[in-house]
Amino acid sequence: MVVDRKSLTWWERSYLPAIAGGFRVTWRHFANTVFRRKSVTMQYPEEKWVMPEGYRGAPYLVSDVEGHTKCVSCQLCEFICPPKAILITPPGPEGMAADRPNAEKMPREFEINMLRCIFCGLCQEVCPEEAIFLQKDYSLTGLTRGEMIYNKEKLLKLGGVDTGVQKWKQKLDEAREQEVFPVLGA
Amino acid sequence: MFESIQYWDPAAQFVLFSALKILVVFGVTMGFVSLAVVAERRVSAWIQDRVGPNRVGIPFTNIRFLGLGQMLADGLKFLLKEDFTPNYVRTVYFWLAPAITMIPAFLTLAVIPFGSTLGNSSNRMVIADLNVGILYTFGIVSLGVYGIVLAGYAANSKYPFLGGIRSSAQMISYEIAMGLSVIPIFLLVGSLNLGDVVGYQSGGLHTWLVWKQPLAFFIFLIAAFAETNRLPFDMPESETELVGGYHTEYSSMKFALFFLGEYANMIASCSMMVTLFFGGWTPPWGASAATTLWAGLGHVAWFLAKMIAMMLLFIWVRWMLPRFRYDQLMDLGWRRFIPMALFNILVTAFVVALWQR
Repeated sequence: MVVDRKSLTWWERSYLPAIAGGFRVTWRHFANTVFRRKSVTMQYPEEKWVMPEGYRGAPYLVSDVEGHTKCVSCQLCEFICPPKAILITPPGPEGMAADRPNAEKMPREFEINMLRCIFCGLCQEVCPEEAIFLQKDYSLTGLTRGEMIYNKEKLLKLGGVDTGVQKWKQKLDEAREQEVFPVLGA
Repeated sequence: MFESIQYWDPAAQFVLFSALKILVVFGVTMGFVSLAVVAERRVSAWIQDRVGPNRVGIPFTNIRFLGLGQMLADGLKFLLKEDFTPNYVRTVYFWLAPAITMIPAFLTLAVIPFGSTLGNSSNRMVIADLNVGILYTFGIVSLGVYGIVLAGYAANSKYPFLGGIRSSAQMISYEIAMGLSVIPIFLLVGSLNLGDVVGYQSGGLHTWLVWKQPLAFFIFLIAAFAETNRLPFDMPESETELVGGYHTEYSSMKFALFFLGEYANMIASCSMMVTLFFGGWTPPWGASAATTLWAGLGHVAWFLAKMIAMMLLFIWVRWMLPRFRYDQLMDLGWRRFIPMALFNILVTAFVVALWQR
């Protein structure tokens, strides 16, 4: 491809119009930033990005609306986790019971190593109880490696409450209705 | 205790006052250098729609102070970094080069009259009141190139070497244009003493030499950009093609000396321009030498204000224009500015010969 070079006039070759143009452009940006405060910089720790819907941040455990742990320690997430970031300690045969009715068990300890986690979302996808969700945190910091392994307590606190379905609540209600005699609507 | 000083013999007084002036000028210049670095970063940020360093204030508090703490933080960073000397450098020159770059920049400040007097008419506000002021300046400025060339040679590496070669060619060529451009000033003033140059312009705004010699000012300004290795003529550094140019191999305080030298050079050439073309320490309504302490300080303040304005111009231009191509730079220096400066000398000489008879 041949680029034809325009021959410049004497005035253009003196560099002066280019310098004037440079002053105009830089002054416009300068004035916009200084007087009209239109800088593109985000003052990071004070201002943060608003994460879009569906953003994959750190996975946290959630509680249901009654404050119970939703996780039933099935360990599917532990098995599917590609970088093996999740470590679940099940309660064992005579371990503690779940803190909500109609659930067989809950994890004694649930640890996610945030240094290993790749935020892929497979744990959320595989969870039959909707107990773990990728949330919008992206800036996880700690002073030691140990600090970056989040335990159950921390994960539940960070995860907050999930207002979605309570799968076993409905089953429980149905079962309770079975107890009532005579059966309504029969 | 201060009254007794006036009974000292003149030589002792001279030594005392000179030492004081040197200390103050050195300190103020160093302060301005670090301030210029912060100003450079802030102005560049504003021009590029950013904010720039605005956080560093007083440590452990939320007092930010416009980010001026960055001055100290930058200095501290340079001091604390590892001072790394690569293998295979030519060690003696490697150590010598930063000092040789830094010292001439400060030496040129010696002849610049930064104020009239502080009330006492025998004690003028200039470190060395030389009769050959401008010749001294050009002599010292031409030493500055040795530091850069030496740095390029000592590093024993191709990019610094290219930077050193470029800078020697560039600085030598532009020194000629710069030297020729100020000759008309001295034809008009009739003295090489910078104090006399300021005296010539002390009648107020309309007597400033920039109006009588706009072409000389223009050439001097462009040559000053080239001499201080600032964009659009920063061939010796040119980060994008020569990594960092002559100071690629330097780190820590040795690098900081180049850095400070560059800004001290800027301050020196801005002071020189203010003295030659913008009336030095005189306010725009004109003035004669101060008779009181406060008037004297006011004159110093005027000088500093003008110098800061020139510095802002330097900083602004850096973020405005792209780098010249090397051959264009040489073309501009040799085939445009030197003939223009010679023409200017001739015209001025004719005018002076015809009118000032």
